[in-house]
Amino acid sequence: MVLSSKKWSTANIIIFILLCIGAVFMIAPLLWMVTTSFKTKMEVFALPPVWIPEEWLTAKYSEIWTAGPLLSGIKNSVIVAVSVTLIGTFTSSLAAFALAKLQVPHKNKIFLMLLSSIMIPYPAVMIPQFIMFSNIGWNDTLLPLIVPGLFGNVFMIFFLRQYLTSVPNAIIEAAKIDGSSYFGIYAKIVFPLIKPAVAAQLILWFMGVWNDYLAPTIYLTSEENYTLQLVIGNFNAMYAIQTDYPLIMAASVISLLPMLIVFLVFQKQIIESVAISAVKG
Amino acid sequence: MPTKSKLYRKEMIYGYLFLAPPVIGMLLFTMYPMLYSIYGSFTDWDGLGQMNFIGLDNYKDLFTDELFHKAMFNTFFMMIGIPIGLVLALLLAMGLNRGIPGTTAFRVIYYVPVISSLAAISILWQWAYNGDYGLVNQFLDLFGIKGPNWLANKHTVKPAIMIMAIWKGLGYSMLLYLAALQSVSRSYYEAAELDGANGFQTFRAITWPMVKPVTFFIVVTSIIGGSQIFTEINIMTSTGGPEYSSASAVFYMWQKAFGNFQLGYSSAMAVLLALFIFIVTLVQFKFNEKSSGDLD
Repeated sequence: MVLSSKKWSTANIIIFILLCIGAVFMIAPLLWMVTTSFKTKMEVFALPPVWIPEEWLTAKYSEIWTAGPLLSGIKNSVIVAVSVTLIGTFTSSLAAFALAKLQVPHKNKIFLMLLSSIMIPYPAVMIPQFIMFSNIGWNDTLLPLIVPGLFGNVFMIFFLRQYLTSVPNAIIEAAKIDGSSYFGIYAKIVFPLIKPAVAAQLILWFMGVWNDYLAPTIYLTSEENYTLQLVIGNFNAMYAIQTDYPLIMAASVISLLPMLIVFLVFQKQIIESVAISAVKG
Repeated sequence: MPTKSKLYRKEMIYGYLFLAPPVIGMLLFTMYPMLYSIYGSFTDWDGLGQMNFIGLDNYKDLFTDELFHKAMFNTFFMMIGIPIGLVLALLLAMGLNRGIPGTTAFRVIYYVPVISSLAAISILWQWAYNGDYGLVNQFLDLFGIKGPNWLANKHTVKPAIMIMAIWKGLGYSMLLYLAALQSVSRSYYEAAELDGANGFQTFRAITWPMVKPVTFFIVVTSIIGGSQIFTEINIMTSTGGPEYSSASAVFYMWQKAFGNFQLGYSSAMAVLLALFIFIVTLVQFKFNEKSSGDLD
């Protein structure tokens, strides 16, 4: 069925064409979003439809910054995603090191307990969490979005622990005999070894935090505290009434760009680590 | 040797120190709130006054709450998209596994919706589903089909959201399938070809058994994700759709909790959701035990 000598057999040409049609369906809505953001209001509501704007208007891309708190939204999202993933990665990788390489009594029980907590979905705990954070006055701040993440991420611990099993114990034993401290072993030996796995997991986690929507809707009430996702959600609600679709689409394009760039730069690592997660999971 | 036991003690202390943050985090932000949800579900909790124990009243009320039934029905209805997405993803992965030029480019293109923020994608599709000027109906118009106003019609709103979800998730399932297919040794297919097996036979005897575990993984994670669908609903149909026809379970829960402050009542829904996901995960666990036995 699959032989490389038949690269351009009739079957393969048909499949190639089908894949191209599929690709058009995947990318067309996104391109349409981009072209809409450059159209005039007239063109948006023209019949028959205007696919490509006559003149590429960039006005909306300067207007969005004053039409809503877009800049502070980006700033808030960066604060949340960077602090969660950087500190959370540190705590997660330390825990993974302890689970994989240190002699700790009951560590397998502890690991199983951590794993079983993944089963509990966020909506099932969001109400008590909300009351908890309200009671200490963290409502309408970024703290409820940041603090839980600082304690680590069980998915990341799982994958890093898995990855660490391929690191020979002898390296760590040797360092112990040399009198290195445990934190020294982690910082000088373990962390450099697991860096590629850490990077891939960090990117995936960053995307998850960046794109989160439910938790921010619960906690953030004043516009200046909105994360980027809430800001564009609000753009949508506000300007749809005025049918200013170019403006809404321009804001959405801006919100997609950072992750798109991260993806295009790291696509190989991202795609690989996602594929591994399924084979192992 | 006294030094050895001292070393061991030190290692243990550091081990617990390193494990402390995730364990404390789990207890504080998952276990404690979960137990509190269970407790709250038996009370008339409203966030302000006293919490009075009311037994199973919340659960009994859910049993007769028509909006809750509707939300549950909508949530499960939209899961019809899961098998459709699965078939498409497998076909795509098989197409991409033939060594056709451009495979990497296709992989990236199909994956772009996956990494895009759900909020932005929902905004885009809400506009694309616009009855008069949306991309979807403009496309259908090319074939002379007059499309409905998708999100304002109680019959089309669920399929519309489902199609969007398939579009967004396709790249992810495809990637997992592709990884599974690439782990299949080429020699199996060569042997099958020598034996004169046709495409369908090869698929049934080699491809399908090899991708079965991944299929199961995707089904389970999609059911878990699908049972928590919220963002799309909240953005595309902010009131829950015409006659509440697109409201999902989590959407209803969210409205009851943060709109009406019926925290006890929403907690009962939260407990049911957690229970449902617990059962689905348990099934996956049992299945994995069985299938890993098969491979040995």
